[in-house]
Amino acid sequence: MTIGSRRLVSLLLPTLALAAAIGIWWLAKWAFHWPSFVVPSPAEVARALWNRRSYFPSQSWTTLVETLEGFILSVVVGVACAIAIAYSRLLERSIYPLLVAFNAVPKLALAPILVLWMGFGAAPKVVMVLLICVFPIVLSTATGLKSTPAELEELIRSLSASKLQSFRTVHFPSALPHIFVGLKVGISLAVIGAVIGEFVGATRGLGYVIVASGQNADTALAFASIVILAVMSVVLFYALVALERLIVPWANHQ
Amino acid sequence: MVAEADVLIRLDGVSQLFAAGRRRPPVSALEDVTLDIRESEFVTLVGRSGCGKSTLLRIISGLLEPTSGRVDIGGSPVTGPRRDVSFMFQRPALLPWRNVIENVLLPVEILRLDAADFRRRAHDLLELVGLDVFAERSIWELSGGMQQRAALCRALVTDPRILLMDEPFAALDALTREDLSLELQRIWDDDRKTIVFVTHSIEEAVLLADRVVVMSPRPGRITKVLEVELPRPRSLGKSRESEELRRCSAELHELLFAREAA
Repeated sequence: MTIGSRRLVSLLLPTLALAAAIGIWWLAKWAFHWPSFVVPSPAEVARALWNRRSYFPSQSWTTLVETLEGFILSVVVGVACAIAIAYSRLLERSIYPLLVAFNAVPKLALAPILVLWMGFGAAPKVVMVLLICVFPIVLSTATGLKSTPAELEELIRSLSASKLQSFRTVHFPSALPHIFVGLKVGISLAVIGAVIGEFVGATRGLGYVIVASGQNADTALAFASIVILAVMSVVLFYALVALERLIVPWANHQ
Repeated sequence: MVAEADVLIRLDGVSQLFAAGRRRPPVSALEDVTLDIRESEFVTLVGRSGCGKSTLLRIISGLLEPTSGRVDIGGSPVTGPRRDVSFMFQRPALLPWRNVIENVLLPVEILRLDAADFRRRAHDLLELVGLDVFAERSIWELSGGMQQRAALCRALVTDPRILLMDEPFAALDALTREDLSLELQRIWDDDRKTIVFVTHSIEEAVLLADRVVVMSPRPGRITKVLEVELPRPRSLGKSRESEELRRCSAELHELLFAREAA
């Protein structure tokens, strides 16, 4: 197969799968006589998107900004934590169990508390994103920093490199493929975090739209929001994949 | 016995024990190894796997501290990795996020030497092993043999006094291996660095060495030191030399296998 036709297939397959899923959805609604306030038809969802075309961009933008701010904050905090864990046995033993325990807390339960502490603005949403997506980033970065290939470890030691030099020239670059695994898990969770944040005490954003449409039994509107969220997740995920190809081109060659 | 003034590396009663886990006695990897290596000498360490030859090389390099005994280089004890000692590994250990020339210049960067001065030397070395046109290429575009050549350039770039080589050609195919051993001899002939070369190949050990040090496993001990007096560059292809090479190889073969039978 040529590269061109392979690329075509890699686009065609998910498109076909999506079309099939929409077809089944339509068929099921028609076969089981689901009323529209329970499950709207794909056409009704499309209509909701079209009718609110001036309303959705600003709501989506709010959610996107919260997602990205929270995600960038998670990367900074997560990588810093991971470095601390990877380079200090003491910190590993003290921080790590706390992180694991904290990750087990249902984040939704924290949403009202965050609102109580930080008010109704963007801050509690950004923090919710941080709480929900920092863990995989810490985990993957720490794993990456600790799994430097043995021969590179010996090489850098034989050159009597300082800790900082070793980190800069060997440990960090060799951890990058691992870090990107964490980032890709994290970005999907980040969107979820922003929406959960908007479920409580928000006046804007797609999460807020979903809650509000539920109160009005406008299910098509909720579905339309979910469609936008899904598209947003996919775009952000593949943006990271592209970034990875740019920064870590060697990962595909080993 | 080696004359006192020429000695560059002195190993005196070096022993190494490795912990084997709880409630098990430690394993003795090296026992009472004493050896003098002259300046500009090419010494090969040969033995079966597990005879501690790589461990000995790591002790000389300062990567590993021996359980007992002492190692002196140029009259001063080894306490850690030294700037004038380069180590070459079985795997190329190149950094895939750097191109070839940047990899060769890594030691220059780590030792904070002037990159401009060494860039010329790095290119000369790459030219010497036929890699100059690949200087800006990515590592994954190079074959295994080419990668190991680049690693050799990296080991030589800071012009070290001693080159320690841990089975550097073991992972290569037979033809590439022969190419590289010829190239190594040529490079060594130019500036006569002191080289300690670990191998499990008898032919390679004899072909390259001024002296072959034979080691026996469990515990690792020196059983024989064999002088190879042949003009260089040596190659397996020259019949006049191959007679002597074969004789030495046969002797080593006997030694390595006789111990096993005993």
